[in-house]
Amino acid sequence: MSKEKFDYFINGEKGKYEVVIGLEVHAQVLSNSKLFSGSSTKFGADPNKQVSLIDSAFPGMLPVINEECVKQAVRTGLGLNAKINNYSVFDRKNYFYADLPQGYQISQYKNPIVGEGKVLLDMPYGSKEIGIERLHLEQDAGKSIHDMDPSSTYVDLNRSGIALMEIVSKPHLRSPDEVNAYIKKLRTIMRYLGTCDGNMQEGSLRADVNVSVRKVGDKNFGTRCEIKNVNSIKFMQMAIEYEANRQVELLEDGKEIDQETRLFDTKKNQTRSMRSKEDAHDYRYFPDPDLLPLKLEQKLIDDLKKSLPELPDNKKERFIQEYGLNSYEANVLVSEKEISDYYEEVAKLSDKKLAATWMMGDLFAMLNDKGLNISNSPISAKNFAELVQSIKSGEISGRIAKEVFEIMVESGDNPKKIIESKGMKQQSDPKELEKMINEILSKNKDKVDQYKAGKEKLFGFFVGQVMKLSSGKANPQLTNEILKKLLKG
Amino acid sequence: MSNITNQSLSEILESIKSKKISSLELTQSYIKNIENAKKLNAFVTTTFDQALENAKKFDNKPNNGQLLGGVPLAVKDLFCTENVKTTAGSNILNNFVPSYESTVTKNLWNNGAFLLGKLNCDEFAMGSSNETSFFGNVINPIGDHLVPGGSSGGSSSALAADLTPATIGTDTGGSIRQPASFTGTVGLKPTYGLCSRWGIVAFASSLDQAGPMTKTVNDCSIMLEAMSGFDEKDSTSINKKKELYSKNLKDNIKGLKIGIPKEYRVDNMPKEIDELWEKGKKILKDSGAQLIDISLPHTKYALPTYYIVAPAEASSNLARYDGVRYGYRSQKGKDLIEMYENTRSEGFGDEVKRRILIGTYVLSSGYYDAYYLKAQKVRQLIKKDFDDSFTKVDAILTPSTPSSAFKIGEKTNDPVSMYLNDIFTVPVNLAGLPALSLPAGLDKQGYPLGLQLIGKALDEQKILNIGYAFEKNCGYKNEIKKWWS
Repeated sequence: MSKEKFDYFINGEKGKYEVVIGLEVHAQVLSNSKLFSGSSTKFGADPNKQVSLIDSAFPGMLPVINEECVKQAVRTGLGLNAKINNYSVFDRKNYFYADLPQGYQISQYKNPIVGEGKVLLDMPYGSKEIGIERLHLEQDAGKSIHDMDPSSTYVDLNRSGIALMEIVSKPHLRSPDEVNAYIKKLRTIMRYLGTCDGNMQEGSLRADVNVSVRKVGDKNFGTRCEIKNVNSIKFMQMAIEYEANRQVELLEDGKEIDQETRLFDTKKNQTRSMRSKEDAHDYRYFPDPDLLPLKLEQKLIDDLKKSLPELPDNKKERFIQEYGLNSYEANVLVSEKEISDYYEEVAKLSDKKLAATWMMGDLFAMLNDKGLNISNSPISAKNFAELVQSIKSGEISGRIAKEVFEIMVESGDNPKKIIESKGMKQQSDPKELEKMINEILSKNKDKVDQYKAGKEKLFGFFVGQVMKLSSGKANPQLTNEILKKLLKG
Repeated sequence: MSNITNQSLSEILESIKSKKISSLELTQSYIKNIENAKKLNAFVTTTFDQALENAKKFDNKPNNGQLLGGVPLAVKDLFCTENVKTTAGSNILNNFVPSYESTVTKNLWNNGAFLLGKLNCDEFAMGSSNETSFFGNVINPIGDHLVPGGSSGGSSSALAADLTPATIGTDTGGSIRQPASFTGTVGLKPTYGLCSRWGIVAFASSLDQAGPMTKTVNDCSIMLEAMSGFDEKDSTSINKKKELYSKNLKDNIKGLKIGIPKEYRVDNMPKEIDELWEKGKKILKDSGAQLIDISLPHTKYALPTYYIVAPAEASSNLARYDGVRYGYRSQKGKDLIEMYENTRSEGFGDEVKRRILIGTYVLSSGYYDAYYLKAQKVRQLIKKDFDDSFTKVDAILTPSTPSSAFKIGEKTNDPVSMYLNDIFTVPVNLAGLPALSLPAGLDKQGYPLGLQLIGKALDEQKILNIGYAFEKNCGYKNEIKKWWS
């Protein structure tokens, strides 16, 4: 595969600009209960039905750390090849808002639970490593609802206190495509680990996007703007595109960029200023005196490490080695754990390479068409493997296989049964085929003569006749061989 | 007949056990006392009906195996009590009725006691004279013009005036020991983490600790045994085996080493306090203890350190009182920010506002390192002073306060002089140690004075034993004329 060149630059009159992007991803920890209380974290409950006295900050209530959330953060850190800190501290981030009952968010400031790590991206121009600065645990806030009543704001605290992992990247991303690949990779890793469901519609994964621009070749970073709380990859990409161009325009006009926090308006596809650096909150961080520093024993970390599932990067390598796939195929098949599991089940029972081709072609197209996931595919992995095997053994042709596939989608039936009952088995008996071909040749003597005289295009005509006569069941490979042999004679 | 309510908790428990008195009679006696003592303003809320019900229940089915069986108790209004209004002495919680019971009060009820009422205190426990309460100042039964100390001033006043057989307070910088000292009663601030903070309205989380206030050291050991214990709902609670303080109480202190820190002899300290300290030393020496001069060199930094750390934590702890979910909400204001501003302006008193401002300031970006961070470092040094000393001594003896009870209004316009009253008590909170204030004598005006015994972390039994021996040999007896009834 020829490698493309990276080419995301913005051309101004005064030069060519590079876009520098760093992400702060907020990933909701998969856990049954909240970070510091026993309330449920299930999505979609009626407002304020999953709120304890702790989440709503009643007098005298105290936080107690949920160990499972800590383990999930450690697992994620390990999945990001990051340093796990045996000592970390929970701090209070102080600010007033109606959906922040305590008047502070419990977060980690100076001493996060996870330190530096890295994520590998597969880009068309080669693989690229994105540095992770840190990962820390923090509480989510509640939700303010401003549009239910003309004069009041309603507050739903179901989300208040749910554990989030804030994953901060280094400013290593350089294009909207890289952001897309980065978010998807993070999502894949966390879904493999079972630490975050990555569901962006439900808000399980959101990001603050830091964007700056600089002339190609400049060593120093430009002034950055932070775009707050963007909740889809598409919007992130649009926001970056808009923001980078806005910044380039300012620089081209000889103006300065103000360091500020901006919001992405999804209706206008624009970012707009939310607050300037001068108006930035003073969060008055200090260690939460209600919680002792979090000390992790090395054994816990080691045990979690041992129990990690195989992660996408390793699985990809193994797929290439074990199943003879190319890098592209391996990438696609490890992109979701469920897909890789399905593929492995199929590959164990059938031809590995052919299974990959059929999965990535017809199976994915059908799932996509029906809006289904691999986990609710109408075709089981076992049946799919049988179909692949039937093609491989020559029992049915590729064309017939497509018909069988359609029937399998509708009925969920076993392919053998379908082939059997519908008489779709491929005609693979050489003697039978030879007999049929001889018949065709003798009926079309004129065409045989023309062929022999050099009109080789007619070969296709003879194949067509065989297929017609056999209702498409003639083994194409065998047909070719026999045809060639007989036409030579 | 001598009034039962004059007696100590342990004597009362004996009387109940031996059926000399029923729980109902006892409760009725206290209710009568409380009704006659409204002038003291010690109570914010009374729960007489509930108490009488509980007393009857106990009498019908007495369980004398319990540590506090059949005993009515009033508690500081900082402890959340289920279905009973809990105000923390503040307008902002004026209408707040918790749906839950604090761990410490629940422990008391599980040991057979029941609630008599909620006691006045400084607003959010911020004060040393019980003059910052939204519900008015409390009067010291020692004299109608005197403060009862603070912040557990309702507790000390009620105890000294026989309105409750024993009580509990909270101590962030001296709020149990100073009022105990001002009223001639016993007050213990336990080791940080010994009593759960769950369900106690928070002032400064790293310093707050609940403790008993009683008439005698034995009572103190009974109450501590009942209220303390590990609580998984408080992450700073210490997980250790429960101790039987009252059973193990003994007055033999022969050979124990008592440290006398030179830094506690401060300028302008009244001569009487120095004399009292000397008296205390002599009593302990005569009881067989050995006196050792020690130095706690960072003591002078304790007060400024405390007045950075405590307000910093308070400024954050009190952010939840915003009028959104419970408590007082101002009806003024056209948007969320104005609602906050008006609610908090109208809901908090001056002292609370002062501390929120100080706390917000010392945590602000640009000031954090110079104030908060430095204070935390000094706090470590203060703790280390104690750790070093406790390699040489078993306990430390100091005065509890630099003065006896002062006059109502005397210091209200001078917060710094008010804060100076905590000078001997705050180092203990910063170091997380247990300390016991014992009534030791009277000044020349006839006002009580206290001495403080500081112990190693979790060495409550030892300081209680020393206090027990001291009490026996001191001969102090609180004689209060009931001028109010």
